[in-house]
Amino acid sequence: MKRTTARTRAVISGVALVSATLLLTACGTSGGGDTKAEAPTKLGDTEGAISILAWPGYVEDGSNDPTVDWVTPFVEETGCKVTTKTFGTSDEAFSLMKTGDYDVVSASGDASLRLVAAGEVAPVNTDLIENYDGIYDFLKMREWNSVDGVSYGIPHGYGANLLMYNTEEVTPAPTSWDVVFDKSGDYAGKVTAYDSPIYIADAALYLMKHQPDLGIENPYALDADQLAASVDLLKEQRANIGEYWSDYLKEIQAFETGDSVVGTSWQVIKNSLAEGTPAEAILPEEGATGWSDTWMISSKAKNPNCAYAWLDYIASPEANATATGYFGEAPSSQAACEFRTDCESYHAGDEEYASQIWYWTTPIADCVDGRTDVTCTDYSEWTSAWQEIKG
Amino acid sequence: MRLSRPARIVLGSVTAIVLTVVYVPLLVVFVNSFSTSTSLSWPPPGFTLEWWRKAFQSTGALNAVLTSVQVAIVATIIALVLGTLISLALQRFEFFGRDAVSLLVILPIALPGIITGIALNNFFRTMMGVPLSIWTVVIAHATFCVVTVFNNVIARLRRLGMNFEDASADLGAGLWTTFRLVTFPQLRSALFAGGLLAFALSFDEIIVTTFTAGSGVTTLPIFILDNMFRPNQAPIVSVIAVVLVLVSILPIYFAQRLAGSERSLK
Amino acid sequence: MTTTSTTPPVRAAVAPPRATPARKGSAILSRHPRLRLGLLLSAPLVWLGLVYIVALVALLITAFWSVDSFTGEISQTWTLDNIIEVVTGSLYQTVTLRTVGVALAVTVIDIVIALPVAFFMAKVASPRMQRILVIAVLTPLWASYLVKAYAWRSVLSQDGILNWLVTPLGGSTPGYGLPAVIITLSYLWLPYVILPIYAGLDRVPDSLLEASGDLGGKTWSTLRLIVLPIIWPAIIAGSIFAFSLSLGDYITVNIVGGANQMLGNLVYTNVGAANNLPLAAAIALIPIVIIFGYLALVRRTGALDNL
Repeated sequence: MKRTTARTRAVISGVALVSATLLLTACGTSGGGDTKAEAPTKLGDTEGAISILAWPGYVEDGSNDPTVDWVTPFVEETGCKVTTKTFGTSDEAFSLMKTGDYDVVSASGDASLRLVAAGEVAPVNTDLIENYDGIYDFLKMREWNSVDGVSYGIPHGYGANLLMYNTEEVTPAPTSWDVVFDKSGDYAGKVTAYDSPIYIADAALYLMKHQPDLGIENPYALDADQLAASVDLLKEQRANIGEYWSDYLKEIQAFETGDSVVGTSWQVIKNSLAEGTPAEAILPEEGATGWSDTWMISSKAKNPNCAYAWLDYIASPEANATATGYFGEAPSSQAACEFRTDCESYHAGDEEYASQIWYWTTPIADCVDGRTDVTCTDYSEWTSAWQEIKG
Repeated sequence: MRLSRPARIVLGSVTAIVLTVVYVPLLVVFVNSFSTSTSLSWPPPGFTLEWWRKAFQSTGALNAVLTSVQVAIVATIIALVLGTLISLALQRFEFFGRDAVSLLVILPIALPGIITGIALNNFFRTMMGVPLSIWTVVIAHATFCVVTVFNNVIARLRRLGMNFEDASADLGAGLWTTFRLVTFPQLRSALFAGGLLAFALSFDEIIVTTFTAGSGVTTLPIFILDNMFRPNQAPIVSVIAVVLVLVSILPIYFAQRLAGSERSLK
Repeated sequence: MTTTSTTPPVRAAVAPPRATPARKGSAILSRHPRLRLGLLLSAPLVWLGLVYIVALVALLITAFWSVDSFTGEISQTWTLDNIIEVVTGSLYQTVTLRTVGVALAVTVIDIVIALPVAFFMAKVASPRMQRILVIAVLTPLWASYLVKAYAWRSVLSQDGILNWLVTPLGGSTPGYGLPAVIITLSYLWLPYVILPIYAGLDRVPDSLLEASGDLGGKTWSTLRLIVLPIIWPAIIAGSIFAFSLSLGDYITVNIVGGANQMLGNLVYTNVGAANNLPLAAAIALIPIVIIFGYLALVRRTGALDNL
């Protein structure tokens, strides 16, 4: 008798728990509304505060290193107190933006279009930003920072994904990406690559030059067959990969200790290697993928005027030079080079160099190369593919 | 126990070897905090005190430590209260669902942190519509810290038995008085041990914290994670780790003294 | 025997306690144990139930929904697709086997290391040594998890201290990969395994071991037949920590795991990169089921009382 009572009690409480939870969940977990924000036509007074979501090292206020600070002058000038949150990957940035807690975000091309599609960012009225005119033309109104002729943000700077190699282990000096693809077996276990689905574009770029009959025009516009070909290439590469990196400190360390000898890299990584590390970074003959981060304004921004003030400030030559110099990328304007001594090594303003760069762009179903006869694969398919590749 | 001498020697040396291996990485961290290289490679190319200087000047690091301490203290207090309540309930009473409650207490720590993290993140943001803040972190930490307090207190309660409380009631003390003057003093060292472990858990927690911390909330692990990205900042992290280890020796020592004195009283 | 007096000695009269509300409340509670129980349990149950269980169930319900890949919004249409994909997809099967394998290896290694160390601490060391050893075991817990993982990255690298030590002997570092993950995780969770086993051994009375010795039991048989069964729940308790912490870990894999990924990484990328919470929740079901199974298995050994 007692056992039956206990069991019925168990059943009843189980049912009660489940129904209570279902009720609660029915109340929550609702989808967001469709907020189509508009760009303002004129600015008002600054609100006194601004919340920025940025890559580490983009918004330095001296709390890390008292000598590295370009936020304090901004706060003094505009009265907008700055709170920052940093993220490690574009995907993290995307998730964080959905909370609506941030006014401004520094979005790389693999996040920017997703933010636009999800309605998380508002169009930007570039007339309201003084320093916009000085920005390099080849960075303005590109596929990753504008949609249908409407601008969604301000370029911050740009950099390429270079091929870095250990000059002692990798001889003769490579000129092509084949050392990490077809010839990667020579360096088995010591090849490295960027740990993000967007790296599929690097494989697509390689196939674009070496297997033209696949018909790839733009490494971010891949239909199902082209994606499959890129995935196969990457699966072959996987067998020789030592490790993937998303934290660039990892790659610095790996090259210094010799755990990695060849792979994708950034200029800042090459510049940060310890003295005496035998490494070189080149832009191979096929060209390379790259990134140009865009400062975008949230569609739910609580402080839009401060947001515009920040965009203008960070585009101003001196601030831009300091910020991009600290991170290690080319600045967004020629005027910024007056404040930097290393513009040469970053090929700032070199249009020839920049034209060989395929900037990170979010793959979407509407092919970004303009094809209308096929549906291109979108970022969620790239993500599943990337997980399959890593295995 | 009468163990043969060879057995004692073997055990002793195994322990010594294990402890040596345990401390080698910590030694590497210690040495790296003086290294001139900015990435954690070995052997260090040169020695410098620069990182120690920078670490103590870094307001970001100090604020992070402060935030972590605040979160840990509040979470520990909540865990102490909830843990004691649950221990008393589970040890003193027989009731339907007793096993379920005991499972419920263990669950936050038995399930992987990432699951707890995304579940709570979903709960706070999507279901409750509450923005993430330092309080969401505190709530998350308290939830999985309860179990450490629970374990210590319930083990102590089992050893104590009801005798003292019965005697106290016989002498006319009310429930609260009995708890205050009889039960609590006996639980003190268990609470301290449990609280210390809860504090340590909360202080070093990274996975659940990244999912429940709002913008502007930087606990020490989040600060460390951020600094591993930054150019030229990584050795500061080594400095912080060394300081933490050195600072922690004292409370651990006191906890041990307390536990030891309890044992000798038995 | 002479009686001194028939009247009992006069004691100072003690006034009966005043009937304050607190006392009345206390009296009521003493008579109604269920009420006491209810009061004790209400706060923690509300907390754990409301915050944790509801959050967990909500997450699991999400596994039955799907996400619109264009807008990234969750659509509440019920579907079994995610569950089916997770159960049948070869990627998930491979990663699950790999993760469970790593977790088991870490658990076994930690137990094997913890047993002699805990035994030495509990039964062989002098009380003063014991205290020092406990401090020595607990102290590494305070060096941040991230820092320790990075330290191992340094130790295991081509240029690291391990290579420097073993190269003269003809060996080499395993480098980054699954062995490195197993080594690092074993290192990280070792204190969590040593402590319960130490506590368990501490409770084994010395007299029991002496009795066994007196009855003619040699060291090894005493250990095997007397000590092991007593501390078995404590060993299992320690294993729960090592197993579950390893099952869901994704940070250590990122740091020393080379190109590998485990279940935690899959969940993490689906929450972040793919912004596909339903799929992440479906993948999360795997470790949840595994842990529940493990807990159910060990419940009977009484290990859960030893955590």
